[in-house]
Amino acid sequence: MLDFRLRAYEYWKKMIAPEWACVHYLEIDYQNILYYSAPKEKKQLNSLDEVDPNILDTFEKLGIPLTEQKRLANVAVDAIFDSVSIGTTFREELSKVGVIFCPISEALKQCPNLVKQYLGTVVPIGDNYFAALNSAVFSEGSFCYIPVGVTCPLELSTYFRINNEESGQFERTLIIADKDSKVSYLEGCTAPKFDKNQLHAAVVELVALDNAEINYSTVQNWYSGDNRGIGGIYNFVTKRGLCAGRNSKISWTQVETGSSITWKYPSCVLVGDNSVGEFYSVALTNNYQQADTGTKMIHVGQNTKSRIISKGISAGNSKNTYRGQVKMGTKAHNSVNYSQCDSMLIGDKCQANTFPYIQVNNSTSRVEHEASTSKIEEEQLFYFLQRGIDFESAVSLLISGFCKDVFSELPMEFALEADKLLSLKLEGSVG
Amino acid sequence: MSSNKQSKVLLEIKELKASIGPKEILKGLNLQLRSGEVHAIMGKNGSGKSTLAKIIAGHPAYTITEGDITFETESIIDVEPEIRSQKGIFLGFQYPVEIPGVSNADFLRLSYNARRKYQGLSELEPLEFFEFINDKLSIVDMNPDFLNRNVNEGFSGGEKKRNEILQMAILETKVSILDETDSGLDIDALKIVSNGINELANESNAILLITHYQRLLDYIKPDFVHVMQDGRIIKTGDSSLAKELESKGYDWLK
Repeated sequence: MLDFRLRAYEYWKKMIAPEWACVHYLEIDYQNILYYSAPKEKKQLNSLDEVDPNILDTFEKLGIPLTEQKRLANVAVDAIFDSVSIGTTFREELSKVGVIFCPISEALKQCPNLVKQYLGTVVPIGDNYFAALNSAVFSEGSFCYIPVGVTCPLELSTYFRINNEESGQFERTLIIADKDSKVSYLEGCTAPKFDKNQLHAAVVELVALDNAEINYSTVQNWYSGDNRGIGGIYNFVTKRGLCAGRNSKISWTQVETGSSITWKYPSCVLVGDNSVGEFYSVALTNNYQQADTGTKMIHVGQNTKSRIISKGISAGNSKNTYRGQVKMGTKAHNSVNYSQCDSMLIGDKCQANTFPYIQVNNSTSRVEHEASTSKIEEEQLFYFLQRGIDFESAVSLLISGFCKDVFSELPMEFALEADKLLSLKLEGSVG
Repeated sequence: MSSNKQSKVLLEIKELKASIGPKEILKGLNLQLRSGEVHAIMGKNGSGKSTLAKIIAGHPAYTITEGDITFETESIIDVEPEIRSQKGIFLGFQYPVEIPGVSNADFLRLSYNARRKYQGLSELEPLEFFEFINDKLSIVDMNPDFLNRNVNEGFSGGEKKRNEILQMAILETKVSILDETDSGLDIDALKIVSNGINELANESNAILLITHYQRLLDYIKPDFVHVMQDGRIIKTGDSSLAKELESKGYDWLK
């Protein structure tokens, strides 16, 4: 491990921060970052009455159940619903079918060979500036292994939501789906998450072997700074999935609403013949938020298929960029890609960009790209109002209509929460 | 004239002046609608007819500088547009907007439930609403398929206008202002729409038709015809006035 980190550090020292993205930020002082801090005991509150009423208001609007509200606000919960015990139950159920799901530090002790075999194979240590930084200093993260032929009995989301431990600044996630296995994983939470760490440079690696399927969903609502854009988190994440085996499938679904700057391209490398990569994304920016997000679909094997549905919503003074690459390799015969990138503008001070990079190196592949830009018009809103439908309902209907294709990919209860989350984030920004 | 002078005043506009930006559009307009009455406003382009319709509905782009609008004797000029709608004021748009991604069924149900809620009635669940709306579709000769389509998206001109009348029907509105509902309709669609409106007109509501053409008034017989010019009503008569306008144009007035 030490060697892995040192090599990454050497790489990182030689690299410069990428400047091609459509985002602007002050230079980061990398010497001034605490690379490891032991989690401190948070002050426990005795009842919800002691919690900031603004936060409770947000929970209310999102429809988060009371016990979960308490947990998120760090209020002591009754013993029966204690998150640790539920966590343990889940873990028992998973281990019955042989699924390993644990912090990556624990995995290094429990199954060092598996970690060693796959860590850094999808995102090499020198892949990019932030990935190199992560490889050098990552302290925590999740590890998940699904054995041959197993369909993971739980949405790993549920587990994760209940065990929302202090997530590290440099998280590292590695998920391996062995032959004929299947897993669905959800990270994040719709509840607003405050964090004192300004820079987050996580790396997520997924590996799908023959006939395996991984669905990875993200709902991100990190603190995005105040309405003048001060404070807020920089989210510079490298996420990549490798469809290593035949007929394997990796699907990314993301709902990005938080962070002051998002720089993120969940990608698929389709090596196995007949493998499938999918990317469904909703990125919402408001106030002074900046998002440069999209995907890469690298077709290497034959008959590989990829599908990209990206919905960008920009409001306020924000900037929202889709950047996507589709590459058909010389041997990726008969491969197909379909991309659809839609942008919605709210107000007249925001920006939406679409940068598709398409490269086809063989004559039997097909690539389709569609893009559209729309605006919520005053006349549309007046139409709703004239039919007695209030402003907030109108905006939320318009937004969920726009995002329908993506939300349908999320687990049911998250789709509902995500829907409400978007309306909440846009409150007061239309009209 | 068919209406009874003693019937209830639903909408009253008194000395109304209104502008958009620096431009004054309504310059002291008076109008009274009683229950059971059908009125028609005619006039040249740019005389302020559509503006009047939008101002009654509460469009935020216009400012009322003088005068008042009352609905059932209460002033509504400071009432939010969605509340005016819930009270029973309906505007059938000249150009109904397309709303991508939102199904007609959802839209109609939300609208219907908003009015029900205001009236203190229980809201209908999607399935209950589906039964309710299915019965109403025949008023404008609509195919049930259209409930699954997005609001006005890809609708023909005739379908859009029929959709407006369907909304008027389900909301059981008290005052309906229909802004050029006849424009862009072929003769068959015009018949369907007019029949729908006639079916909905009753002793407890009032209808204000805004139109350029006599042909709509061949199907719907108004009790009063007003001529609007330069932000005011300059002449009021019965349905024979519309015929006179058809043959003589507007210039003989004033």
